Amino acid sequence: MLEHYRDVAPQGTVELLRQLGRRVEGKSMVHVNSTRYGGGVAEILHRLLPLFDELGVKTRWEVMTGSDLFYRTTKSFHNALQGTRQRITPEMYDAFIECDRDNAKRLNLDAEFAMIHDPQPVALIDARPHGATWIWRCHIDVSTPQHSVWQFLRPFVVRYDAAVFSLPKFSQRLPLPQFLVYPSIDPFSEKNRELEHDEIDRVLQRLGVPRDKPILLQVSRFDRFKDPVGVVAAYRLVKKSHDCRLVLAGGTATDDPEGSEVLAEVQGAVDRDPDVHILLLPPTANLEINALQRAATIIYQKSTREGFGLTVAEALWKGKPVIGGETGGITVQLIQGVTGFTVNSPEGAAFYTRRLLNDPDLMAVLGQQGKEYARHRFLITRHLQEYLGLLIFLQQRVRNG
Amino acid sequence: MLNHIANTPFRFVSCMELREVLGKRAMDEHRLLELIEEVPADSIYYHTHSYFLRHAYTQQLYSNDFATWVVLYAQDRLLGERLGVLDPFDFSDIEHLRDEILRIVAEHLNHSTVPRCVVSEPFEFIRSHIIEIPLALEARTLSEFHDALADVEVGAVYNHVCEARMRKRPLSGDFARWLSSEDGLGLQELALNIERVGRLGLSLEGMRNKILYLCEQELAR
Repeated sequence: MLEHYRDVAPQGTVELLRQLGRRVEGKSMVHVNSTRYGGGVAEILHRLLPLFDELGVKTRWEVMTGSDLFYRTTKSFHNALQGTRQRITPEMYDAFIECDRDNAKRLNLDAEFAMIHDPQPVALIDARPHGATWIWRCHIDVSTPQHSVWQFLRPFVVRYDAAVFSLPKFSQRLPLPQFLVYPSIDPFSEKNRELEHDEIDRVLQRLGVPRDKPILLQVSRFDRFKDPVGVVAAYRLVKKSHDCRLVLAGGTATDDPEGSEVLAEVQGAVDRDPDVHILLLPPTANLEINALQRAATIIYQKSTREGFGLTVAEALWKGKPVIGGETGGITVQLIQGVTGFTVNSPEGAAFYTRRLLNDPDLMAVLGQQGKEYARHRFLITRHLQEYLGLLIFLQQRVRNG
Repeated sequence: MLNHIANTPFRFVSCMELREVLGKRAMDEHRLLELIEEVPADSIYYHTHSYFLRHAYTQQLYSNDFATWVVLYAQDRLLGERLGVLDPFDFSDIEHLRDEILRIVAEHLNHSTVPRCVVSEPFEFIRSHIIEIPLALEARTLSEFHDALADVEVGAVYNHVCEARMRKRPLSGDFARWLSSEDGLGLQELALNIERVGRLGLSLEGMRNKILYLCEQELAR
């Protein structure tokens, strides 16, 4: 499987991965998160784990289960950590602890390395087996968290051996080493593999999206931080001068109870415009997302807060011009005027959309440069390389005492 | 000499960079100065050398992060220019480089009108841990060395030129040392020219091409 990446990854990458793999061959590793489908973390794990296995690291993936109250609590934690004030009751904190305790009994956490993803399973650290190395992998932006929620989570976090963040500014004052690793996309996954033209046409026909005019697209959960209402506002400004369609394709994740509320707000903003298509896609609609991204003229990720925003990397990999919110990992992926544009308002998004629609050559240049940049920085091979490096580093540190 | 077979082959070793965030941030130039003084040497190394490992699209303005940040975020082009011209290959170790950066920033803050502005992005101090990756690639002759260098993953160029010189020593870098040594090829002049390549302000690919060119010239003699 690793050999397939020889054609898409930068020169020499596969050899490097094999050499790195030899240093941790035979080790065991468990990943824990809170959902198997939907959201960037689950997607990465689906693709990353077989590669770890191929390199001789025996890897498992354990998924937490929880009550509605647990998921409501962790959604509130998510919002609070990303800076939106939440009211968390003592019952919610109790439900969180209780759920992690139950999962600690149920899940198989026996491995030399554990990577615990995001805040939901953070309290599993209570069940760390003796001698195991545990890493807290935080995918979200915790740079300006609600103090009370961070103070609740911090005592768990500080007991880990290391933390991994997606951007330097997401890191916190912690008495443990904090590493920087960008997440990634897999060019061979159903969401990113090459598609034939007629395959794209068939999918769009099935989804009821005509290809008669330029398509502006945002793919993301119906989440306030993704600002779908702002995307509709930008589209309305563009529509004054350019005939186009807007597609808002929103997946939902099993751990996101807020989605339907935001969806209703978006439907209200769209107000039955026939050129706006709101597509509610199941978490497994990877082919559909792939086809939509390949059919799109311009792709948005107009988030106001973002962990990393891997839909940007997906769009770059497909050679599309991207306009994204100037936040989180989007700023790492979109180099202004080189691989895309970052904006701070619907007006900014509308301005660059018009500029791109007026200049197909600029769209082509951005698309080409974006793909090249994604090849080097955001493919799964680079991600795997950094995780292997981290295991080697931590293994060495344990040996050296 | 050109047909000479080295007693000890040159073994190519690539590397990867693991980035550790130190959780230290500067919001203005005064704090930047304080933190440059206190962070570990590995952090000074990262912010003055890792530029070479980055993609060309993100190689902004200057080849050290301090210079780039003061220009882009602290709006201080004068200090940016003074820091930007620093060549890490001029220094025999990181502490000397740190001292020079401190001198430039301190002198600037003492004698210049420093722009006052609210920065949108703080300077985030990072340090790197380099993990070496031995490759199954070795050379015993200059011709083999040339061919291997042409194909090797670019991280190996970084490891043998930048990393070898500053963190591992010797200051000449691995290529020059092997080419000049008795156990290697004993090519003193070529080694000296290759040692200078690091100081030309080239990208890693540029360094590779220049070294290949120097080897080709030697092979053609």
